[in-house]
Amino acid sequence: MAPKDNPMGGSAGGSDSRFFSTSKKGEMHELRMELHSTDRTVKVDAVKKVIASMTVGKDVSSLFTDVLNCAQTANIELKKLVYLYLINYAKSQPELTLLAVNTFVKDANDPNPLIRALAVRTMGCIRVDRITEYLCEPLGRALRDEDPYVRKTAAVCTAKLYDIAPELVKERGFIETLHDLISDSNPSVVANGVAALSEISETSGRDVMKITASVLQKLLAALNECTEWGQVFILDSLAKYTPADAREAEGIIERVTPRLQHANSAVVMSAVKVILSYMDIMSGAAHQDSIRALTRKLAPPLVTLLNSEPEIQYVALRNINLIVQKRPGILENEIKVFFCKYNDPIYVKMEKLEIIIKLVSEKNIDQVLLELKEYATEVDVDFVRKSVSAIGRCAVKLERAAERCIGVLLELIQTKVNYVVQESVIVIKDIFRRYPNRYESIIATLCDNLDTLDEPQAKASMIWIIGEYAERIDNADELLDAFLETFEEEDPAVQLQLLTATVKCFLKNPEETQDMVQRVLDLATEESDNPDLRDRGFIYWRLLSTDPEAAKLVVLGDKPVIEDDTFRLEPNLLNLLVGQIATLSSIYHKPPEAFVVRNKKGATGADDIVGDDEEGDEEEYEDENDVNRGGGDDLLDMGGLSMNDNAAAANNYGSSRLEADMFGAAASAAEPEARMSKVCAPEKSGGIELWAGFRQVSGAVKLELDVRNISSQVPVSTLAVQLNKNSFGLSPATQQIVFNPPIPAGGSGKNSVELVVNPAMLVQAPAGQPASPQIQVAIKNMTTGLVFYFAVNFAFEALFSPDGALERSSFIESWKSIDDKKELYGTVSDLPPASTDIDNVAAKFKAHHIFLIARRPVPNAEGQEVAYFSMRTTTGMVFMAELTFKNGVNAAKVCLKTEQIAYGVQAKVALETLLRS
Amino acid sequence: MVASAILITDLTGKPLISRNYRGDIPLSSAAEKFATYLLEADEEAKKPVFYVDANGEFGSLKKGEEGMEERDDGCGVPGGETFVYVQHNNLYLVGVTCKNSNVALILTYLYQLTALFQDYFSTLNEESIRDNFVIIYELLDETMDHGLPQSLDSTILRQFITQEGNRMADDSKSKPPVALTNAVSWRTEGIKHKKNEIFLDVVEKLNLLVAANGTVLHSEINGAIKMKSFLSGMPELKLGLNDKVMFEATGRNQQTRSGKSVELEDIKFHQCVRLARFENDRTISFIPPDGEFDLMTYRLDTHVKPLIWVEAVVEPHRGSRIEYMIKTRSQFKSRSVANNVEISIPVPPDVDSPSFKSSVGNVTYLPDKDCVVWTIKQYHGGREYLMRAHFGLPSISREEADGKSGGMDTSWKKPIGVKFEIPYFTVSGIQVRYLKIIERSGYQALPWVRYITANGDYQLRMA
Repeated sequence: MAPKDNPMGGSAGGSDSRFFSTSKKGEMHELRMELHSTDRTVKVDAVKKVIASMTVGKDVSSLFTDVLNCAQTANIELKKLVYLYLINYAKSQPELTLLAVNTFVKDANDPNPLIRALAVRTMGCIRVDRITEYLCEPLGRALRDEDPYVRKTAAVCTAKLYDIAPELVKERGFIETLHDLISDSNPSVVANGVAALSEISETSGRDVMKITASVLQKLLAALNECTEWGQVFILDSLAKYTPADAREAEGIIERVTPRLQHANSAVVMSAVKVILSYMDIMSGAAHQDSIRALTRKLAPPLVTLLNSEPEIQYVALRNINLIVQKRPGILENEIKVFFCKYNDPIYVKMEKLEIIIKLVSEKNIDQVLLELKEYATEVDVDFVRKSVSAIGRCAVKLERAAERCIGVLLELIQTKVNYVVQESVIVIKDIFRRYPNRYESIIATLCDNLDTLDEPQAKASMIWIIGEYAERIDNADELLDAFLETFEEEDPAVQLQLLTATVKCFLKNPEETQDMVQRVLDLATEESDNPDLRDRGFIYWRLLSTDPEAAKLVVLGDKPVIEDDTFRLEPNLLNLLVGQIATLSSIYHKPPEAFVVRNKKGATGADDIVGDDEEGDEEEYEDENDVNRGGGDDLLDMGGLSMNDNAAAANNYGSSRLEADMFGAAASAAEPEARMSKVCAPEKSGGIELWAGFRQVSGAVKLELDVRNISSQVPVSTLAVQLNKNSFGLSPATQQIVFNPPIPAGGSGKNSVELVVNPAMLVQAPAGQPASPQIQVAIKNMTTGLVFYFAVNFAFEALFSPDGALERSSFIESWKSIDDKKELYGTVSDLPPASTDIDNVAAKFKAHHIFLIARRPVPNAEGQEVAYFSMRTTTGMVFMAELTFKNGVNAAKVCLKTEQIAYGVQAKVALETLLRS
Repeated sequence: MVASAILITDLTGKPLISRNYRGDIPLSSAAEKFATYLLEADEEAKKPVFYVDANGEFGSLKKGEEGMEERDDGCGVPGGETFVYVQHNNLYLVGVTCKNSNVALILTYLYQLTALFQDYFSTLNEESIRDNFVIIYELLDETMDHGLPQSLDSTILRQFITQEGNRMADDSKSKPPVALTNAVSWRTEGIKHKKNEIFLDVVEKLNLLVAANGTVLHSEINGAIKMKSFLSGMPELKLGLNDKVMFEATGRNQQTRSGKSVELEDIKFHQCVRLARFENDRTISFIPPDGEFDLMTYRLDTHVKPLIWVEAVVEPHRGSRIEYMIKTRSQFKSRSVANNVEISIPVPPDVDSPSFKSSVGNVTYLPDKDCVVWTIKQYHGGREYLMRAHFGLPSISREEADGKSGGMDTSWKKPIGVKFEIPYFTVSGIQVRYLKIIERSGYQALPWVRYITANGDYQLRMA
């Protein structure tokens, strides 16, 4: 199309689509010509065509310089289009983008504030490192511009610059300038300044916002004046602030409460977040009245949210789910508003159902049951199933209403609708478990519907009921028998239930079911390749064959009564999520770490952006941690010890710590190497990859860490380490791991942490079970504040003490005295050649404090030789091992004896690993 | 903190236009992920907010959270993106983020953006996006910066983002309007009208949910005071309502007894109303935007007698016919009239040969909506009408033909819906007592007030 035939009249609006149609041949060339046209209209049209191509995904980057040429114009529309083009292609043409710098700098000085702001805004969007240095001058001026429109744009631009070049923001003191903007006379500037500071806080992981008493007053004042968006920015930053005391909290709440009346749902939700977060601080009798008043005030706005668009309703409902858990009082009388409407979208219905169950009580149960029954006849299968299951959950929750709930379920079963029956059976099983021996009368009805069941979960539930109440069902054995015919085709869950139910049936009525139980056991142990099924089969078999009475105790024993679980969140997580109302975290019901990777773009030098008072920073940092209660630290049960307590305890135990540290480095050459394994992938830990292993150095157990900084722009300098309680009672002697010099991105470093045995950190293995080799470790990057976790298996040999050699005589005596039951056997095959020779093995073992006591050829077995070893842990556990080697065979038999049978496996594993290495 | 990018796509998820604000997500792959979700996610499992993890798996965050089967691996891989979307005509407006963003903010931004585009292009659809892509880019640039929403007020934006394009000649005009950053961000200075007038519409919508047994499960009034303001200058307005809380606060209890007063449960105000002032002494004071806006909305949770009552008796004869007897009663004062009443009664999808008999109004069968609509143009209060409908049914029902046995034949059991409008009447009894208009120039302005009650979400479940 020839543009000249189509002169742009006064109104070009509504006809832009013509720019999408292009002549195919020589198109680029033609465009280039037009871009250089002296006719303004032709030029503007050409740029529009370029942008249109860009919009549909065509690559027009080859026109870069030509488009850039058009930037020198006084026409704002054209300028905007050129800038838009620049933002899009700057990344692919960083060199050429520098050519635009002049235009930007010139525009940033333009008399028209719209153009000044446009230049600053666009420059910030061009994420090319080299352009950032040119950005600082104009940005600095713009932050102090006389026009508020430019200032508010500059405030946001500071956050953009921080994303690309945090150190520049720091150097230029822009953070301080942002702080000054909080006192700006213009509310929009204040709001955007707050937003920028919150952004930077989030990127850097530090509180650069620093709400002080005077800042607080300014924020509260701006709240009344700024736009709805600005109000959300301010409320969200208030929600992160912890008031000093209840009075301050109450004061802020008073100023925030009017926001509940705002037409914008986002403002309302952020206000709710602030109020709920602060209400926790207002504990104590003195504030009871205020709390009650607030509880009353919060209900109406929450209910109103349910009249908004469905998407907002969904967000509101996910949040209300948290709110009814946190403060059930607020909505306790509002259950009716959560009743589903026919035309609610399914995602809204599902969430409403969840809240109905949380609010159901003796008072409203009858009405709720009527509703749920109504829902159970709807079309949507998922919704129907959830409604049926909700009836069951009501029964489990409200004892006095259980009977009515069962009545409704029975009615529903009568409908014979396949999925309704199945879901009913599943929840009735739960009701039976909650109220044993109370409602068996309905079993007959259930049995009438056996044929309908075709889903594994429903089948398994029904079979469980039959087994559990076999004595009350006349033909229980026949019913089970019918299921057994298809045993092999069933889902594993059904097979396991069938096995258990048949055994139960047999124990209750041995005469008639002998054959059946034999058949099931055969099927489970011989025919199945499912290890769970086989194991369970063998256990039953042994139990039944050795001691039927014991079997009864085990199989028919009382089961713990199940609890009313209305899917509550754990309190710490709940508190954390209440502080996240209106954010994605509150939708997913997960802490932000579960879906956000911090510092995707690095924030180098983040550690001292706030200035030079390091001490102050540290304090700030600790505060932040406290606020963050229920975040990382509690996920691992740290044995209730705070960091400081632990350090003190560790000092007592680690009396030789200093010594070990001094010798550590020098002696390490002669010490055995630690086996390192990768324990932490960079995506989990903010771009750091971790390898860990254990070894003993100069009698001290060391946790060796290899740190590889894959992509963290913040150099790794200080980490804090903490272990969860473990089977070995190990805990770090010091928490801090300092890397000096810090590890930059792409670099790596090593460090080791001395571990001492601390009885307080010991977890006893459950009786009769081997101790877990696993050690759970929490690492906190002190610079970024990121906490991450990993688990690594302990290398038991690192705990062997140098005095582990037993006297020959005492070895023989102990060996004989230890019961055969405390023996462990194993064969290690595929040994490396060096491990087939006892001399070699003994030497290798000795380095790990495993001592050869004696060796002798095996009588009557040509070429076989046994060697005896002993070892003792620093905690005094003794292990004895017998290794059998055969000439020309690269395998060894291991037999291990110990009184500490729980740790026997660990010792055996240590031996085997060393043999293989 | 907020959105990384905004996409506008067609119904298959193909992006028509997009803006990447923060550059922290690859836009093209994000668009693909969105399209994949639309295509592959289970229709019933779709949510307006969803997470796609770093491996492109969606719904992984969801698994554990249902609580049914809490699994260790249910967490998904962090570092993915969240999509937040709303639909408008044949478009999706999508916000994408990789942070823990304020999702309520993204949604309200998307709603307001939709409204803004509608205001600019009158209809918003695939075609109007293409027709106006230049201006859409401009608006996307102006309304959001670095993912943070900025001004979305169409009257203000129209002053410097025009469909005509800025000619060089009138560049002097294209300064940022003061209102863009002002405390009064919704009104520009120097507005002039020949005739100073203001129109108030008090519109109440009645939401109603009636159970099959006839009990009212939920009834609620959603009211709105809509204004059309044509006032010059910077007028200060004060609105007086018969608000019970204010009467009590100001000790006008006597008046409460004589005249009626209303207790409004939850009030939401347009951003022009001074909220702190209202919190203090219940005064509704504001500087109005020019033109149309909703000054306030309110909600009342009171038990309302259903204004139009409908009862249905259905007699299905499987395999031959189905008969309906619909009875309706108007339960409001006889001097009021409900206009354009539409009662829609759902019917099974496979009915044929309809025949109707009614004492008043018209009855039509809408096969594409599987319902019968009974229209009564003027329905006076205190009346009762009857309608009978008769349909043939195929000898083999659809379920049987599909081989689905045992399924409940309830697909047509939607609730009965009613539409109506009753002028000069509010259910709540709310009244505008005064509207004071004060402007420096001291002109006299006339307020016009109208009242109307209409149906909201008005559903009566069928037995």
